[in-house]
Amino acid sequence: MQNIELTEDLFCPAETDASDREKISRPTRSAFQDGWIRLKQNKGSVIALAILLILVALAFLGPILTKYNYYDTNYKAIFQTPNAEHWFGTDKFGRDEWSRVWYGTRISLLIAVVAAALDLVVGVTYGSISALLGGKVDSVMQRIIEVLIGIPNLIIVILLMMIMPAGIGTLIIAMSISGWVNMARLVRAEILKLKDQEFVLAARILGTSNKQIILRHLIPNTVGVIVINTMFTIPSAIFTEAFLSFIGIGLQEPKASLGVLINSGFQVINSQVYLLFIPAVIIVLIMVCFSILGDGLRDAFDPRMRI
Amino acid sequence: MRKYIIKRLVYLVITLLVIATATFFLMHSLPGTPFDEDKISNLSQEQQKQVYASYGLDQPVYIQYFKYLKNIFQGDLGTSTLYTGQSVQSILAARIVPSALVGIQAVLVGLLIGLFLGIVAAYRHNTSMDYLTMVISVLGISVPNFVVAALLQYFFGLKWGLLPVAYWESYASSILPSLALSFGVIAQIARFVRTEMLTVLQQDYILMAKAKGISPVKILLRHALRNSLLPVITILGSITVNILTGSLAVESIYGVPGIGSLFVDTIKANDYSTILGLTLFYSAFYVVVILLIDILYCVIDPRIRLAPSKE
Amino acid sequence: MSCLLEVKNLEINLLTQSGTVKAVRGVSLSLEPKDTLAIVGESGSGKTMTVKGIMKLLPKSGKIAAGQVTFDGKDITNFSDRQMRKLNGSEISMIFQDPMTSLNPTMTIGKQIIEVLSEHKKLSSQKMKARALELLELVGISYPEKRFGQYPHQLSGGMRQRVVIAIALACNPKILVADEPTTALDVTIQAQILDLMKSLQSRVNTSIILITHNLGVVANIANKVAVMYGGKIVESGLIDEIFYQAQHPYTLGLIASIPKIHETANVLKTIPGTPPDLIDPPKGCPFAPRCEKALKVCQLYQPEYTQISATHCSACWLQHPIAKKQTANMSGKESRDE
Repeated sequence: MQNIELTEDLFCPAETDASDREKISRPTRSAFQDGWIRLKQNKGSVIALAILLILVALAFLGPILTKYNYYDTNYKAIFQTPNAEHWFGTDKFGRDEWSRVWYGTRISLLIAVVAAALDLVVGVTYGSISALLGGKVDSVMQRIIEVLIGIPNLIIVILLMMIMPAGIGTLIIAMSISGWVNMARLVRAEILKLKDQEFVLAARILGTSNKQIILRHLIPNTVGVIVINTMFTIPSAIFTEAFLSFIGIGLQEPKASLGVLINSGFQVINSQVYLLFIPAVIIVLIMVCFSILGDGLRDAFDPRMRI
Repeated sequence: MRKYIIKRLVYLVITLLVIATATFFLMHSLPGTPFDEDKISNLSQEQQKQVYASYGLDQPVYIQYFKYLKNIFQGDLGTSTLYTGQSVQSILAARIVPSALVGIQAVLVGLLIGLFLGIVAAYRHNTSMDYLTMVISVLGISVPNFVVAALLQYFFGLKWGLLPVAYWESYASSILPSLALSFGVIAQIARFVRTEMLTVLQQDYILMAKAKGISPVKILLRHALRNSLLPVITILGSITVNILTGSLAVESIYGVPGIGSLFVDTIKANDYSTILGLTLFYSAFYVVVILLIDILYCVIDPRIRLAPSKE
Repeated sequence: MSCLLEVKNLEINLLTQSGTVKAVRGVSLSLEPKDTLAIVGESGSGKTMTVKGIMKLLPKSGKIAAGQVTFDGKDITNFSDRQMRKLNGSEISMIFQDPMTSLNPTMTIGKQIIEVLSEHKKLSSQKMKARALELLELVGISYPEKRFGQYPHQLSGGMRQRVVIAIALACNPKILVADEPTTALDVTIQAQILDLMKSLQSRVNTSIILITHNLGVVANIANKVAVMYGGKIVESGLIDEIFYQAQHPYTLGLIASIPKIHETANVLKTIPGTPPDLIDPPKGCPFAPRCEKALKVCQLYQPEYTQISATHCSACWLQHPIAKKQTANMSGKESRDE
């Protein structure tokens, strides 16, 4: 029960603004802005992004910070544990581990990013052509993919590594050749789904040209899927490169990559465990952060999870 | 259903043929010979020719190819050059058991623990149990299996001396490798089951069951589980891949005399015939497993098994 | 006056990322045996949350903030989950909007009916199966034996909803709550389901709370109506009172928007505007922003309930004596001007 003074004049008609009725109380945001805000709210993703940026910065600046480089040997200073001179210690040839680790990280990241980029280009092209042209072309292209999927990725990579001259370029190409299939499938599925959606039909009815439909409607909606998938392709590529180098098929000494470093560290696991730990920690950090970031991105841009 | 299986079998054969052909021609475009350079140059020209002939390497490529295909159909995968004289099939056969043991154990352990974690995490959404499971699953998926294997070896084997780390001596030798492989499985399954379960728990029929007065435990077991576990079958394929590729590193690290370590050794030694044989084996294995999984899924899901009949 | 269900000043809040949504802001209603109460309102008016709150089926983010719920003489407001479980399914049942998703796709129809029976009644499995078949017949499903072993996707939408009703009535509940039971069905099936519910009500003696936004459904089946808007009940009464003597501008607006087949119209009548944001609800009457007859007081204070008859009440400042005096003066002036 309210105890209020009800005066006669309160019962005069109210002055209402007609626009008040249609007022939407919360500010409008584009899908991108909305997703970005939600991503920033996700503490895990923000931390992961920060750590990644730090690691990337170190990968390029790390070796510069110390006066030692990654390939100079010094047989008088082999197998030093981390100390003031050599912040991460030295390896079996007396090379500065700090430099080697960050140089290795740089190589691993570069390989991964380039491979993922190639992956993206080939995959998106293949997938979108397949989905946009449809019909027989799509069928044939899909059959090819179905056969390719039946072959385990790593096998293809290993075989290709064997026939091509060893080196970074080979590694990248080998990884891309098998990796694009996933992206192609995703892109094709997304475009097919979008093609059938009613907003595309609506655009067509309004007379929008095909080119406009592709540029304005299909591509922006597919970018989400592509970015998120790339967030997972990169760590996958890092893993593949590290794995191959570890079992001896990828990069080899004196070139350094995280896989090579972990392998060298593993060989002296009995004595110089830090040589294994340090690159291991770094690779784990990179992969975990990408994973968290990828998940965060996916959640942030998922329209269903909007409150 | 039958048509589907036949179609898949046809794909299987095509895929294998493609792989066999591709690997064959890849091998033959490789530089260098499969033989030890020093030893070969010690032989006279005549003797070299003989050696080549005994391995069938003196004939034109296409003849070698057809012979190769014919041999495969008869189960003959060629002779190894690394393990001189032994047939690839016999080496394979001898090494299957350790790999199978480690692999199957890894899958079983991974399934059990993964399922448990996933279910509990979804049920106790946004509590500490949930976060713990998420952390485990992110780590399990991100940490490369060879890093896990190396770390496990360091801690359990070298530092604390609890379990054997090398040589294949007793059953205990299989524990660490299986454990190392299982991490990835646990992580994948836990995360997947958690996601599925969370979706299922939002469904109307769960609310309906609550409205019927059914207790939470019964709802979990009777309604939620069945609908969440079905899709797990779909990631079994991905898990198989993980185990296959992971076994390469894990077996090498722990000295398990299995197919994975064989693959690594023969690649380093350029033992073409064995590499070919192994590639075929892996691919065939993988494709067959995928097919079995797909059939299994069709059989179990009543929505697919029974054609909808409306009146 | 044996009131079966009495709700007093129920308030329900939902905690969301964007803030606390005051979904139900002081709802009172009562239900007697043999009543069919229709709760009418737009999406977001709080109708579903009210009944979910009564049955303690709120989502994890939902809490009863205030109020009292009395069922069959017992105060169930603070009942624990375990205590509620004894009532849900046996004394109060609920059916939902979409019959396809209300049924577990991997369980047979028969098993799902038996599940509710075995939970609340101690019967042998034979008796339970017999009862299940009896229920299937009761709801008008032909070949019950065959349907018993089938899965939900093998039945049509109308049949699934009948199964859902069968499950709800299995233990002869005193109250059946139906949340938009016909919205997901074709119009012809809608009619069948409504007829079914009416005939079942008389046979089985269950009171019904029906949530809907469709006044046609209300006219068909209800004897009491409560109109909700912005988390509050704005008008309630017997069905004739609501349809023929509605007082609240919102109710009048709803009735006016029903297209009349015998009138020609170029433009359909609507109520312009959108429902209020319940995270920050308006201070005064929730309908004021959209009301043509809004007074200054409507924007400032929430209206009190005025009893128009013993069974009919409305929450509107226009019912206040001061407002009525002014309306009388206005019409007096008009007639003098003529």
